[in-house]
Amino acid sequence: MVKAMSDERLGFHFDVDGTNFTSAGQASVEVKKNLRQIGVPPEIIRKVSIAMYEGEINMVIHAGGGTADVYVSEHCVEIVLRDEGPGIANVDLAMQEGFSTAPDNIRSLGFGAGMGLPNMKRYTDEMNIETQLGKGTCITMRVNF
Amino acid sequence: MNVHDLAEKLGLTVFSLPESDREAKGVYIGDLLSWVMGRAQSGQVWITIMSNINVIAVASLSDVACVILAEGVTVEDNILEAANQRGINLLGSEKSAYEIALELSGLV
Repeated sequence: MVKAMSDERLGFHFDVDGTNFTSAGQASVEVKKNLRQIGVPPEIIRKVSIAMYEGEINMVIHAGGGTADVYVSEHCVEIVLRDEGPGIANVDLAMQEGFSTAPDNIRSLGFGAGMGLPNMKRYTDEMNIETQLGKGTCITMRVNF
Repeated sequence: MNVHDLAEKLGLTVFSLPESDREAKGVYIGDLLSWVMGRAQSGQVWITIMSNINVIAVASLSDVACVILAEGVTVEDNILEAANQRGINLLGSEKSAYEIALELSGLV
């Protein structure tokens, strides 16, 4: 869904379905298409869509879904992911490559390698995690160009 | 070398080839999708034994030239449909990832 922002940013909003693991990634693919249409450079699109896909997968695995908002302005793309999941108990640990709390059925699908949050950080210029146990998590990422 | 010529030269099974003239350069092998997404480069050939629907999303987001499913792995119809919709070249081989990589050496 595209919405006009009052501060002249272009915004896209998506609901991430937490019940269907196989459809995870739809929002990222849609964002990729939208960014391409408005002429964002390919390398920026790659970064944004990979970071967002990891976030989407995390929301499906751990939080029962959530929402994703993407804002495009003149010099950056901002991604805001919100969920009402269990929160992240230890953010420093979760940021380490290889650390994962994903269950075996998720691992058998090729995820749960403990690369989600590290990839999100790697592919973005700024990343901020606000999390509260039992309440949920909000991750804001920014890719500059 | 483009993906069509690559498929022909290696005798690969063609599951979907919506962008057959895509140039392939370099190879990445891996089955952990997040790892692949973080490491594979745009335009590479990605060899994997994973064949679930998320492979199509990862191939699309990491912008690889094609995916080769190794060791005789096959795909279901919904995956073929997603591959065609998203412009993902999906090929297959009975050989192992290592054997495929050896054959690709010097070609891409």
